[in-house]
Order: sequence, then structure tokens, then C-alpha cells
Amino acid sequence: MTTQTPLDPDTLIGCPQCDATYTLAAPKSGETAHCARCGYRLIAPRKKAGMQIIMLSLTIAVLVIAASVFPFLTISAAGRSNSVSILQAALVFSDGILVVLALATAALIIFIPLLRVLLSLYVLTPVVFDRPPARGAVKAFRLSEALRPWSMAEIFAIGCAVALVKVTDLADVQFGPAFWMFTILVFLVVLQDTFLCRWSVWNSLDKTQT
Amino acid sequence: MVCMELSGQNADIKSAKDLGLVTCRRCSRVWPIETEVCARCGHAVQSRDITSLQRVWAFWVLGFMCYIPANMFPMLQTRTLLQVQEDTIIGGAVELFHYGSPGVAAIILIASVVIPVAKFMAIAFLAISVTRPSKVSPHQRTVLYEVVEYIGRWSMIDIFVVAIMASLVQLNTLAAINPGSASLFFALSVIFTMLSAQAFDSRMIWDVQAEATDHHAGETET
Ligand SMILES: [Zn+2]
Ligand SMILES: [Zn+2]
Repeated sequence: MTTQTPLDPDTLIGCPQCDATYTLAAPKSGETAHCARCGYRLIAPRKKAGMQIIMLSLTIAVLVIAASVFPFLTISAAGRSNSVSILQAALVFSDGILVVLALATAALIIFIPLLRVLLSLYVLTPVVFDRPPARGAVKAFRLSEALRPWSMAEIFAIGCAVALVKVTDLADVQFGPAFWMFTILVFLVVLQDTFLCRWSVWNSLDKTQT
Repeated sequence: MVCMELSGQNADIKSAKDLGLVTCRRCSRVWPIETEVCARCGHAVQSRDITSLQRVWAFWVLGFMCYIPANMFPMLQTRTLLQVQEDTIIGGAVELFHYGSPGVAAIILIASVVIPVAKFMAIAFLAISVTRPSKVSPHQRTVLYEVVEYIGRWSMIDIFVVAIMASLVQLNTLAAINPGSASLFFALSVIFTMLSAQAFDSRMIWDVQAEATDHHAGETET
């Protein structure tokens, strides 16, 4: 057993999910280090991942902005038609107490995803181009990570499809350009999440290590 | 797959707590036990979150309390030329089933009834299981926890569907759909259950197990 010698915390890595502790041995690019006890993905570095994430983030930012202004569904019945954008959808909860819900919906599907993308661009761009980390990069990345479960753009995309089926018997419904943007967004968001090795980012922002 | 291990054997894996250390749950950096804030990422570090279960149950109860009115009040109000109709979540799904969209009815029922109820049960089970030795292996419980965390967000889909339908179907006198008060309670319920799951300190799943194994090992030696 190695426990007799006092351990240097700098040479260790802990599993955030189950608290298992391992001596740090960074895997090669393309390999993944999982926790041997609970299977948590500890380190998964990828060559060029930084650049790919930057490109993905830029695309996501453009798509989210465009998708929130263009109509995503168009309804027509008896000669009348109505196109709605995501901002309009969020604003339907504008009756009294439901205003809270309008704000929350807009935040979950537009503002939080957008903020996360901007934060990751801010954090990753200097790192990828071998510059010193941007001011407040640590705080920015921590906020981005804390917001991760609250970014729900991809759930909204599936919601569009469900709503479409639900109203087809009331009226004719067609997908607008924003719907397709959101569909692409679903894949991009997942891709960005798998490319990102959080440990590598933290490690490159680490000022306590040489 | 590369596994980094301190002592080689799977059964001998030491937790940071056993080693007198503490791990940052945000960035996986290991620190001496007395550390309070991670110097790498600024996240507060605690060996075990002692208030975890209290917060889990507090949010659980809040989420559950919101889920009851979410099912009693109307989720949608549909106004057509002839009538005004108010649908609760379950009522709406039953209606859809009768009018020939069993697929959508099933999606709604799974997303707004099955998943929330299963989630309440799963979180309660996890919170209870860490206070005593459990028959369900830590590995299975970890998977359960991961599933709860991943799937919980998807319950929001119902709120988005209501928002989309209500903004879309505004054809003046012809037909209009408006959100009902249940939508607010439902959204709150989803948010509280997400907070409840996030408050759970998953490291506790492995602690009880480790103590039980240690205890057992001690017994066989003597
Ligand atoms: Zn683990
Ligand atoms: Zn940290």
C-alpha cells in the first residue's frame, strides 16, 4: 500500500462523483481516463479539440441568435396565418404571475445557452492560441459549468415537434427556418459537450501549477 | 480506456476522505482536508456536504408540493368558435389518445407524469439509501443518479410545448390557446426537483459501502 508515505495532493486527481482518488497520469490525446469505481469521465483530452470547440461555439452563437428572431412555426387556418419566433413564444406567459414563466423560458432557451457559448469562447480562445488566460477566465468557466443543466435549447427543439403534432388537427402548420436551426443546434450542443475536456481546461487555467 | 489507480486493485480504491484529503467537485483537484476554497477554480470544497440531505429533502418537498397543483389546474385553455375547453395534463393526454394521436399522448404522459413521478421516487430512494447499508450496489445507484440528473431537464418539454402552442394558435375569433395556471406550478416543480438532485452528494453512495466492507473485513480478521 502506498498510504504510508504522505501524499502530495498535487500529484493526485479525485473523482467528483464518488471521491475515489488516483495518482494523476494524463492520458494521451484521444484516450479517456474513467474512474475505475463509478465510471465517471475524468480526463478526455483531444488534439485540436480547442479549435473545434471554438468553431462550434461560434456556430451555436449565430444559430441561437438567428433562431430567436426567425419564425420557427407558421400556422394557417381559413386564410389567416400566424408565424411565431421563439421570443414570441416565451412572451405568451405575459398574463400576471405567468410573466415569471416568460422570463424563465426566454432564459432557458436563449439567454443561458448564448451566455454559456460566449463564456466558453472567452475562456478557450486565449488558451487555444497559447496566450495567458483571459482576466476572470476561472470565474467565467465556473459560471459556464454551473449553468450547464439550465441550458435547454435542445429540449425546446423537441418541444417544437411535439407542439406541431398537437395542433395539426386545429390548423395547418409548417416549420419555419428557425426550427431547422434548432434541430442543427441539438447536435452541435451535444458535440460541443463531448469535445470539451473539463479537466484539460481547468489544468490550462491553473496558476498554482507550473 | 486508461484507468489511473493509486493502489492497483479495484477493491482498494481509496477515497480522498480516507486519505485525509478533499477533492474539488468542480475541477477534480485534490487538496489537504482543511482547505475550504479550491485555489484552482474557486469552488467551495467540502469533504462531505453535511447539509446535502437536508437540502435534497427540502427541494424534494417543494417540488412535490408544486406537482400536485400542476396536475389539478388546467395546463391549456383552448378557445374555438363554439366552446372554451380547459385541459389538465392528464386530461389533455387522454383527449389526444381519443382523437387519434396515441403517440403524442404517450410522449406527454411519459414526459409529464411518468418521468416526474419516477424522479421523485428515485431521489427519495437515493437519499434514504445513503443513510443505511443498501442492497442495491453503489454502481447501480450511481447509474440511477446519473439518469435522474440527465432526464430531469427533459420534463421542461411540456412547458415549452404550452408556450409554443399558445403563441402559435392566436387566430383571433377562430381559435386561441392560452396557458393555464398549472404551467407555472409544473415549471416550478421541474426546477425544484432539479435543485433537489443537484443538492445530493453522490459521494455518500460510496461511503456507506466502504464502511460496510471495512467493518466486514474487520470481523473476518478477528
Ligand atoms: Zn468515481
Ligand atoms: Zn476546483
